Amino acid sequence: MTNSDINRLKDKAFQFFGIFCTFIGLVVLAIFLFDIILEGAARIDWDFLTSLPSRRASRAGILTAWVGTLWILVLTTIIAFPLGVAAGVYLEEYSTKNRLNNFLEINIANLAGVPSIIYGLLGLEIFVRQMRLGGSLLAGALTLSLLILPIIIVTTREAIKAVPRSIRDGSFALGASKWQTVWNQVLPASFGGILTGIILALSRAVGEAAPLIVIGALAYVPFTPSTPLDEFTVLPIQIFNWTSRPQEAFLTNAAAAIIILLIITFMLNGLAVYLRNKQQKKIKW
Amino acid sequence: MWLSAVITILITVGIIWVLLSESISFFQVVPLSDFLTEKEWTPLFADKKFGIMPLVAGTLLTTAVAIAVALPIGLTIAVYLNEYAHNRMKQYVKPLLEILATIPTVVYGFFALTVVTPFLQTIIPSLAGFNALSAGIVMGVMIIPMISSLSEDAISSVPRSLREAAYGMGSTRLQTSFGVMVPAASSGIVVSVILAISRAVGETMIVAIAAGQQPRLTLNPLVPIETITTYIVQVSLGDVPQGSLEYKTIFAAGITLFVFTFALNNLSFWIKKKYQEKYD
Repeated sequence: MTNSDINRLKDKAFQFFGIFCTFIGLVVLAIFLFDIILEGAARIDWDFLTSLPSRRASRAGILTAWVGTLWILVLTTIIAFPLGVAAGVYLEEYSTKNRLNNFLEINIANLAGVPSIIYGLLGLEIFVRQMRLGGSLLAGALTLSLLILPIIIVTTREAIKAVPRSIRDGSFALGASKWQTVWNQVLPASFGGILTGIILALSRAVGEAAPLIVIGALAYVPFTPSTPLDEFTVLPIQIFNWTSRPQEAFLTNAAAAIIILLIITFMLNGLAVYLRNKQQKKIKW
Repeated sequence: MWLSAVITILITVGIIWVLLSESISFFQVVPLSDFLTEKEWTPLFADKKFGIMPLVAGTLLTTAVAIAVALPIGLTIAVYLNEYAHNRMKQYVKPLLEILATIPTVVYGFFALTVVTPFLQTIIPSLAGFNALSAGIVMGVMIIPMISSLSEDAISSVPRSLREAAYGMGSTRLQTSFGVMVPAASSGIVVSVILAISRAVGETMIVAIAAGQQPRLTLNPLVPIETITTYIVQVSLGDVPQGSLEYKTIFAAGITLFVFTFALNNLSFWIKKKYQEKYD
């Protein structure tokens, strides 16, 4: 065999290795989903969704968990949406290149890399202890809002950046002020992108357990929360709790709850992808 | 609007202030030298020892396993998608891989404990029920898309002329990839690995579920260990009175974790900035 034959052989070998590596992740994903569905699907029925947690695995349900997750989603959106979009608009449209704004940008990139459990420690000290909110929904939502704020800011900026200069120039030429241009032209044009970013950020928040455990969200809540100041649990914490028990029956419950959590996560992500594609088709600058 | 941007600075200041103020009062009781050199971590026992090393060792062990899994696979995927795969395939495979990154980590923890550990036990009978190995492997699977997509971006931003020159010299795709493209994109690839390490160091739920809760100064991935993040979760789940020394330990552990990830993230910014525009 000549040298070039050997090289060609190596090339082919790597090609197969490449295909193998590309699919191994997907195969693991498939095995995983299959295993969860096999273990948990039979456990899901109306009672499972509408029952309170219980010491007995066969009677335990996820009512408090999914209601808590829903509460957290709504509250987090209300808090993080205006803050994140406003910060994104400021950084992209209003800020000038100076030291402070440069620092702001580095800082936001840094915050995006802080582990979620550290946000939990922040929330524990500031919201739970100093503001005396306790392990309440509001404390949880505030903590998660801080966690997803960098994500929202970054995606808002990218959406705004994609709006071409000519739109702004046209608006200014008609005598619109800076604010009128932003409000009437830039924001509507970039709204699809902003929305996509927010939904992706929320899908991240839905799956978070660590920061909420740190601020003191409970594994066992005997009633569904009715105000933002009530104690709560969420699906990931319920799953964590059931997974850490030795009895097999609770693992089945965990698998069933995982199916529900994955449905919520995938629906949010699917919605974001759908909005992004729609936006890309609709607008041709 | 300026205010909402400044809030992000307040968050950073808040994090540093909270971690510092609680850990300073911790270090007034426990000397920093003990914290760094003591080889045992038993703050919840009667005989209290406050050496962070076992927790750091556990964290680094799971991270090392995760990177050992994710780096070869992620980099191979990046090279394969860039040099070998058709564009159509790339279009379908990339979003599918991204799904791996959207799955909540508590779900990965369940997978590690109930599927991967029992499977590995059939190969390695001495493997404990909780161990760093399966938690690390599953964490590695989770960060594959992070390494593959960031490295792919880096490789595809290498100028076409370099690739064409390599092919012009008669190189195979493999030689072009690893002889020209990967070295040319090395700064971007290094950045992706650093960010992946930072992610793995801060990962909580997978290790809390599957790696155990026994602080142990070891490099053996087959036995239960405890990571910094797991310790924080463990204390949060128990009823440690607020303001006690045990309570303050989670902030001392937290600041250790923060220093690690902060250093890694800034290292990646620095590399990016320093080497980015080499080809423009």
